[in-house]
Amino acid sequence: MIAALRKELLLQWRTRAQAVAVFVFGATSLLLFSFAIGPNAAALREYAAGFLWLALLLSSTLTLSESFHEEMENRALEGLLLLPASPRALYYGKAVANAIQLIVLGIALVPVMIVLYDAGTMRLPTLLLIIILGGAGLSAPGTLYAAMTSQIRAKQMLLPLLLFPLIVPVLLAAVKATSLAILGDPMEQGRAWILLLVAFDGIYWSLCGLLFERVVEE
Amino acid sequence: MPMDALAIDAEHLARRFGRRWALVDVSLQLRRGEVMMVAGRNGSGKTTLLRVLATAIRADGGRAVVGGFELARREEIRGISALLSHQSYLYESLTARENLEVVARMRRQDCLRHTEPVLERVGLSARADDPVSTFSAGMRKRLSFARVLLQQPSIAFLDEPYGQLDPEGFGLVDEVVAELRSRDASVLIATHQVERVGRLANRTITLEAGRVR
Repeated sequence: MIAALRKELLLQWRTRAQAVAVFVFGATSLLLFSFAIGPNAAALREYAAGFLWLALLLSSTLTLSESFHEEMENRALEGLLLLPASPRALYYGKAVANAIQLIVLGIALVPVMIVLYDAGTMRLPTLLLIIILGGAGLSAPGTLYAAMTSQIRAKQMLLPLLLFPLIVPVLLAAVKATSLAILGDPMEQGRAWILLLVAFDGIYWSLCGLLFERVVEE
Repeated sequence: MPMDALAIDAEHLARRFGRRWALVDVSLQLRRGEVMMVAGRNGSGKTTLLRVLATAIRADGGRAVVGGFELARREEIRGISALLSHQSYLYESLTARENLEVVARMRRQDCLRHTEPVLERVGLSARADDPVSTFSAGMRKRLSFARVLLQQPSIAFLDEPYGQLDPEGFGLVDEVVAELRSRDASVLIATHQVERVGRLANRTITLEAGRVR
């Protein structure tokens, strides 16, 4: 898996200009969402968490879909499978690399959210933990579905259609936990939402790793 | 013939794409250290045969033992074989050296010790640190060949190995096939260069509409 992860990180580094474009896309989404609320500081702050995760979700469809572009260009993925490399190791290498990319993107979008929505928080370690767990929760099924749709012509359209219903629990838990981190958590509900994120991450990461071989092997 | 002398023992292999049968009933035996040419017109099933035996795709019928392993034991077959495909299997944004290092690392080989001589062998040392996206079709083919050599296969499947190569490259392919043979590796070559490969091959089969003629 280390070899696969190393390869993924190298590929991401070579195409790092795309990461900048995805960040700009995410930041623009946050800006546009803020227009929907208008100049209502309390409402902006209240909905900040939801919009942060929506921006991350929309950006994730671009990064996840793109992560299989080079694999399919010269059938490089088939070349790896014939080496032989364990499909599971390839999956976890790619899913971890995608998770890292989403987590970095999530962290980079936080200052944008703070500026646009006046949604600062002193609970930064908690927010970081939520972004890590949420990023991992988007990446695991996202990588599997990106592999499934990578050979389809309408992949940019199909990936969100397949992925969005599946990641509703992760999205819900991430939004709730982030919201509590920003707005305050007097009833200490945040812990329960974070535990829910951990549970779904565990399910997705184990199940998707098992299913990946069926998806990529003919 | 004793089974352990056979690198490939295939019986009645069949494969279809949708409703069209690409392979209908192909049986062949390839001994260790032997070179076999698979000839035939476009669409006769040469590529499909090589891809089935290399476990890139599944057979829809028949059975085959490759290197002593049934086709279902993909991982074992992949550990001892290498496929030179129509597709280069290369990452465009990585350099030639990095592409080979990916292969070496996946096979848990010592990268530096293995990649340098192979790059030298295929004549790409001077361009080792250039991205593949800047390579011509012939250079990509050479690098794909380097990928095969790096795997040190006991059984090599070469699909149109001369395609896109210059005359010097043709000589390189001949040398590599001879080298594989001298190491007791078996080579299955699908090609239209019948005369050229005929001089290297021990045996030839010709496919026609998915059957051995």
